[in-house]
Amino acid sequence: MSDIALRMNHVFKRFRRGEQHDSLRDLIPSLVKRAVRKDRERSLAPEEFWVLNDVDFEVKKGETLGIIGHNGAGKSTMLKHLSGIMVPTRGSIEVNGRLSALIEVGAGFHPDLTGRENVFLNGVILGMTRTEVKRKFDEIVDFAGLEEFIDTPVKRYSSGMFARLGFSVAAHLEPDVLVIDEVLSVGDFAFQRKGIEKMRAIAKSGATVIFVSHNLQAVAEFCQRGILLERGRILAEGPTDQVIRRYLDTATSHAERAPHGPVRIVSTRIEGADGETGKFDGGGRARITVRLEAAEAVEKVAVVIQIFNADFYDIFHTSSERLGTQPLSLAANEVAECDFDVDLHLGAGTYYLGVYLYRYDAEREYDHVFPATSFVMTADRGAHGVANLYPVVSRFTAVQQSKVTPLLPATPKDSGRVMIKKAI
Amino acid sequence: MIEALQELSKNRELLYMITWREIRIRYKQSVMGLMWAVLMPIIITSAGVIVRLAASRLSGRPITSGDIGGIGVKALAWAFFVSALRFGTTSLTSNSSLVTKIKFPRLIFPLAAVLTSLFDMAIAAPVLLVLLPVAGVRLWPSLLWVPVLLMVLVLFTAGLCILFSAANLFFRDIKYIVEVVLTFAIFFTPVLYDASLFGKWRSILMLNPLTPILEGLNSSVILGRQPDLFWIGFSAVTSMVLFWVGVTFFRRLEPRFAESV
Repeated sequence: MSDIALRMNHVFKRFRRGEQHDSLRDLIPSLVKRAVRKDRERSLAPEEFWVLNDVDFEVKKGETLGIIGHNGAGKSTMLKHLSGIMVPTRGSIEVNGRLSALIEVGAGFHPDLTGRENVFLNGVILGMTRTEVKRKFDEIVDFAGLEEFIDTPVKRYSSGMFARLGFSVAAHLEPDVLVIDEVLSVGDFAFQRKGIEKMRAIAKSGATVIFVSHNLQAVAEFCQRGILLERGRILAEGPTDQVIRRYLDTATSHAERAPHGPVRIVSTRIEGADGETGKFDGGGRARITVRLEAAEAVEKVAVVIQIFNADFYDIFHTSSERLGTQPLSLAANEVAECDFDVDLHLGAGTYYLGVYLYRYDAEREYDHVFPATSFVMTADRGAHGVANLYPVVSRFTAVQQSKVTPLLPATPKDSGRVMIKKAI
Repeated sequence: MIEALQELSKNRELLYMITWREIRIRYKQSVMGLMWAVLMPIIITSAGVIVRLAASRLSGRPITSGDIGGIGVKALAWAFFVSALRFGTTSLTSNSSLVTKIKFPRLIFPLAAVLTSLFDMAIAAPVLLVLLPVAGVRLWPSLLWVPVLLMVLVLFTAGLCILFSAANLFFRDIKYIVEVVLTFAIFFTPVLYDASLFGKWRSILMLNPLTPILEGLNSSVILGRQPDLFWIGFSAVTSMVLFWVGVTFFRRLEPRFAESV
């Protein structure tokens, strides 16, 4: 009992499609209808659906859980239940300890108030006491990097500054259970990294973290366990990489295909040296296996593979023919396999693999599947971006006195601090 | 009910911060600043003086400084009631981002609207205090009734705000109904006139729980007389029942706020 941080017991939530009555004059007919109908805890009217359907899981203390799923799978609704904003139609939720939910950064910020005022307001709204905020104030402002602007109304902030301040307040809550929804997609790259580091520190301090994101790479890096939601049901639960694998499989099940040709791609697999399939560490070797089957006799088939990143930029493609392998001719109903051995010198992120069957001399495409499969690369050391060049710093020493004079005299870093000390 | 009050006392810092925010926003970037709090009672009082002048021409009874003082006292209380109810009714819908994104007792919002209006009243009160001695007010013992009457007034206002804020979240036309009723309510409540004007029909006016409070303020501040205890008791009981009904209703609906707002 005591090592459970949070538990959802067979939670159901009913939602209604379309308009709800929003004015008094619509109330009376609906009241009559409700009086006629009986207890409806289990049933659904035609315009209703389960946005959460028998969601049942528990999270142990200190665990990091990632929740993934397509848009509309019920992730946000689930978070709203976890944080107590919504109440289930049926089932129950238990939370042990102080829970903080970060559903939207800077919710409750008022544009006319200054950064300082908003930090206090937001801090108390999120569950801190004023003395607590006062104590952590410098830390919060420092983390957001907004010392100079802290007495400016937040309506003059850029959206990045706004989000940074919002995240920073929430990150200093010291909760027992922290629920985070997609908030790391804010701010610039450096701040996102900082955010992940901060979350990691919170998790390391013994807090339970529940993280909802589309950013599979962040989930893969950060969470020990994952849950895949699909139409309000838990489709898969377990170690993060397996759950991500399931997610990617459901993503590729809607893949784009060519119309019926004489030869078809049956399956595509990517497997690492240690048998891993969904998640790879940078630099590992992997084998891409394409299986094809001929419906009728075909000549000179070549296999093309193409890798796209999450933004669908073509980052790499090659083919059996270009790699010097003779095209294959197949008889009717003959099955063939083609292996590509690749080094995954890729940066962290999600990647999609497209496969084509092509006849080069006739410039004819037999079949294509996109995405045929997909995989996630985890961050390796300090390298970021699409490619991983495995950098090593081999020298970093002073070599000579700089002759360039700085344009501006360096300002003492304390200038911002002086303002912060002012009492609210 | 007790549970609700415990929850509130646990979140009193939050109530304080939300009230503080409302006050900051209201007085930031406004030309008049704190004058706003004074303006409403002055306008109501001026309207009352005109009504009284017309009445005294008809009846032949001259208007006294005590009459004007009485209107001022009632105007202050009325301005509080109107502003609290107006802000209170929309307090949940105008904070929808907080209602749907963060969990805490939503009772805070209508209560903060009441406290903000109470702050306005506290700003305007000193202006009135300066004028009262001119109207013949002395430090008589009946002034001790003022805090009691104010407590009943705040309880009544808070009850209505709580009720209407929740109702307005589900039915957006509530706020228009409140607007219309507030516009004309001043004719049904003896702010600009005295209930005694109606002679034996006075009791009917007194059924409006605000009437005994306003009349009580008039008699304890201006006339130096103890208010009508029977009717004050009636107001107090009505306010308590209303507050209880409001809180119960509000908490019954609270779980549905986030998905309905």
